[in-house]
Amino acid sequence: MSTVLGISFGNTSSSIALSTKDGKVDVIANPDGDRAIPSVLSYVGEDEYHGAQAKSQLIRNPKNTIVNFRDFVGKKYDEVDISASKLGSPAIKSANGSISYEIQRGSTTESLTVEEVTKRHFKKLKEAAEDYTGKKVEGVVIAVPTNYTEEQKAELSKVLDASGLKSLQVINEPSAALLAHLSAKEDRSLEDKVYVVADFGGIRSDVAVIAVRGGIMTILSTSHKLGLGGDKLDDVLAEYFAKEFEKKYKANPRNNARSLAKLKSESIVVKKTLSNVQTSTCSIESLAEGIDFHTSINRLRYEVTARQVLSEMSSFLEEAVKKSGLETIDIDEVLLVGGTSHTPKLAADISFIFPETTVVTSPALDSKALNPSELIARGAALQASLIEGFDESEIKESLQPIVVNTQHLVKPIGIKDSEGNFVTLLHAETAFPIKKTLEVTNGDSDAVSVELFEGERTVKETVIEPEQDSDDSEDEEEEPEIKRTAVYVSGNKLAELALKDLKPNAKLEIIINISNDGVLNISARELKQGSVAVKGQVSSSS
Amino acid sequence: MSITLPALTSGASESFKVSGKYSAPVRRPIEPVGRSFLAHAARTLRGHTWSDYEKLQAEKNVKVVEENPDDDIGDEDQDEELLSHDPREWKTADLYAVLGLSKLRHRATEDQIRRAHRKQVLKHHPDKKSASGGLEQDGFFKIIQKAYEIMLDSSKRAQFDSVDSHADVLPPTPKTEYDFFEAWGPVFESEARFSKKQPVPLLGTMDSTKEEVDKFYTFWGKFDSWKTFEFKDEDVPDDTANRDHKRYVERKNIANRKKLKQEDNKRVIDLVERAYSEDPRIKKFKEDAKKEKERKKWEREAGSRQAAEEAAAKKAAEEAAAKKAAEEASLLKQDSKKAKEAAKAAKKKQKRAIRGSVKEVGYFGEEAKSADIEADLELLVEKLNETQLATVSAKVTNASADAVKSSFTDVISELANEGKVDRSYFKYFK
Ligand SMILES: Nc1ncnc2c1ncn2[C@@H]1O[C@H](COP(=O)(O)OP(=O)(O)OP(=O)(O)O)[C@@H](O)[C@H]1O
Ligand SMILES: [Mg+2]
Repeated sequence: MSTVLGISFGNTSSSIALSTKDGKVDVIANPDGDRAIPSVLSYVGEDEYHGAQAKSQLIRNPKNTIVNFRDFVGKKYDEVDISASKLGSPAIKSANGSISYEIQRGSTTESLTVEEVTKRHFKKLKEAAEDYTGKKVEGVVIAVPTNYTEEQKAELSKVLDASGLKSLQVINEPSAALLAHLSAKEDRSLEDKVYVVADFGGIRSDVAVIAVRGGIMTILSTSHKLGLGGDKLDDVLAEYFAKEFEKKYKANPRNNARSLAKLKSESIVVKKTLSNVQTSTCSIESLAEGIDFHTSINRLRYEVTARQVLSEMSSFLEEAVKKSGLETIDIDEVLLVGGTSHTPKLAADISFIFPETTVVTSPALDSKALNPSELIARGAALQASLIEGFDESEIKESLQPIVVNTQHLVKPIGIKDSEGNFVTLLHAETAFPIKKTLEVTNGDSDAVSVELFEGERTVKETVIEPEQDSDDSEDEEEEPEIKRTAVYVSGNKLAELALKDLKPNAKLEIIINISNDGVLNISARELKQGSVAVKGQVSSSS
Repeated sequence: MSITLPALTSGASESFKVSGKYSAPVRRPIEPVGRSFLAHAARTLRGHTWSDYEKLQAEKNVKVVEENPDDDIGDEDQDEELLSHDPREWKTADLYAVLGLSKLRHRATEDQIRRAHRKQVLKHHPDKKSASGGLEQDGFFKIIQKAYEIMLDSSKRAQFDSVDSHADVLPPTPKTEYDFFEAWGPVFESEARFSKKQPVPLLGTMDSTKEEVDKFYTFWGKFDSWKTFEFKDEDVPDDTANRDHKRYVERKNIANRKKLKQEDNKRVIDLVERAYSEDPRIKKFKEDAKKEKERKKWEREAGSRQAAEEAAAKKAAEEAAAKKAAEEASLLKQDSKKAKEAAKAAKKKQKRAIRGSVKEVGYFGEEAKSADIEADLELLVEKLNETQLATVSAKVTNASADAVKSSFTDVISELANEGKVDRSYFKYFK
């Protein structure tokens, strides 16, 4: 078992994971038994509570309970929306403009900077990991949202170091999640695909469109929606219960903070239950005016109640795809990430946005999918184990712009087959350097040409006639459905190679590679002893 | 099932022919995660030493997906004069403009300075200039490196900022027309950065409270700036031979810094005083204070004023009442006068009727005693009251001698009985 840790650090919850010897990843539960450990600290007298225990203090002791602080690290008070802290201890502006919290401990008031809070949170995560492995944690890879600024990343690394966790690398959440997904099945990373990584969390939603080419990931676009997440689902559910309670008992549970906190806390439990089963009970002791509340709700009712929020989430995803300049028909796979992605209705709504050919990966649609709450931590753990053997300077060297900023193809490059179809060798957004080999044949011709083209995207529309003999087809005429698919055709011709004197149905090999500096080499040969390859070079316009 | 290639069209003789170029690639960051990335990194770095220029080149024109409002940092062009600035005189160059930060100046963060510097290196590196056939001119590049050195050293940067007159916001020209707040607000905002004490109260608006305005002027009246003037120093010769001269220059520099500092303090004081004298709020507060004073005074005197008012009202009411009474009295008087006159007239008439009655009846046939009779009647009318006069006169008018005589006799007896006359005074009616 590795001694380097992967950490996902969310506003709502954090997870820690370790790679095992056989290349698998374990997501570690903390002493409370939680794998999604609430990113919450609470102070009661001299005692410090963490995780779920701290979160439960939101009912009795909200003023000394710190929640949703991840996005504040390394930021000034004026730069952030502090409303995220309103359910717990309110974030306040320090003299130097930074963010802190005031905590009552016994008779003294303690002022904690958001960095100090984060440090304490990390210490708890470290303890949990060391408690589990019995070994000291040597280093960590931590994942953050793509819009975390350089200053925030630097600050976060500092805080990690201060908490005794050496920061090896700070990586992007969607890339970590996608890495975990790609590594879960052999050869998955070798498939060139365009992914949408959609992360629905507690207080925000994030989407990244990522091209995977030869195992290299390139983020094509990102979108963020702060304030949209599972918290909103909790709120609509809490309001649903509040109405029911009010109707039954003529008492208003919204009048005091504690009743509201109880409602919210129980709504979270009910919401999660409804992700797994069709109905859930809801019981809250002494909700208001000393009245206990017992009721139940089924999934359908919940989905109706939450419809507005859920559709906000799927339209956000749709917008995010548009922002990348792509259409849904250009997306090969959607990977759902984050706690809220457990919601079956959300996964279903999202799969309706995309054509049937787009795979939507979520446990609600595919039982073999990895837990969306754990993907980020898993990816971070994988990355940690990959770089474990490197020393600090080697890692730093690999992260230099000269390594990371690479040229990418703007259009695909391919060849024409005997029927005139464009066959892609290299997809658009392929990073340099790249090498690709393709085996083809000459059929019955004794001489063939390898014509190299740039591909042009076209949209093919196929009309699917509505089924005629359905029972409920009434007088209203059903609209014929038009299915759109992205098809690439040969565009700008780049080069032509001639292969002669071939025996019928010979095996031919085409090798294309583009070097770091953009020189494209193409070669073709018959796969037989002593054959001579035909080769040439193409350059880019600049 | 493998792909079949198209048959070679006749005529193609060469085995390889280029017919075009592929579209210009775009530089993007790849995600530094996963096995494939590590292989890519190893390939890129193995056996390869990259020059600084190549490294910086790799940071150029990178398509980033997160909106960064700072992307155009350092993109501004330097003018010819600056480009040909003598590198030995670098201190007199606008070092922010050198880095392409002439807009941000003292507001530029360290990160922005680094990024802007990278852009200048890419643009002005001598390697690049000679590669593109330009003259071997690295003078400006030297200034870039010097500017970068200054800007990354916080105390040197403070020294430069102290004398960075390009960043100064000048006060409005006196005796011209301007909006006080628009003209002075930026002046104080700009000066504020030199304050040792932060945060600095700013000018505010017309709606600022008196406390705020007072706080503002109190603060600025005691403005304590960190400005320092080392940047204006004359270079100290490092020539050890002439120690005296060296010491002389050092002393001169210290004296000069002190002088400049004093001048600058004076400048701030003058600014504050001028602003105070022009501040419409100060005028307003003064007027307000005056009005307030008047109001207070007015309030203070309210008690006595009320008493006086009440007294005056009372007096007026009394006067009015008195006047009315007088009027009524005079009216009454007039009435009684008329009545009296009427009564008098009536009496006269009645008396005349009484006197005349005896003459009418021929003095009862005793004309010789007419003098006595008239004398008795004279006495009688004097003694009769109004009612008696009226009755008697009525009885005797147009009456017979006997009736007249008996009327008189009756009334005389009546009067005598009442003791009003003495019968003995009468001569005829005894
Ligand atoms: N099984 C479930 N079904 C539905 N919602 C769930 C489930 N499990 C967790 N959630 C919700 O997911 C949200 C937390 O998701 P996640 O842990 O990904 O957020 P985070 O990344 O920590 O926070 P944020 O995205 O706000 O920074 C919470 O609203 C939680 O209630
Ligand atoms: Mg999240």
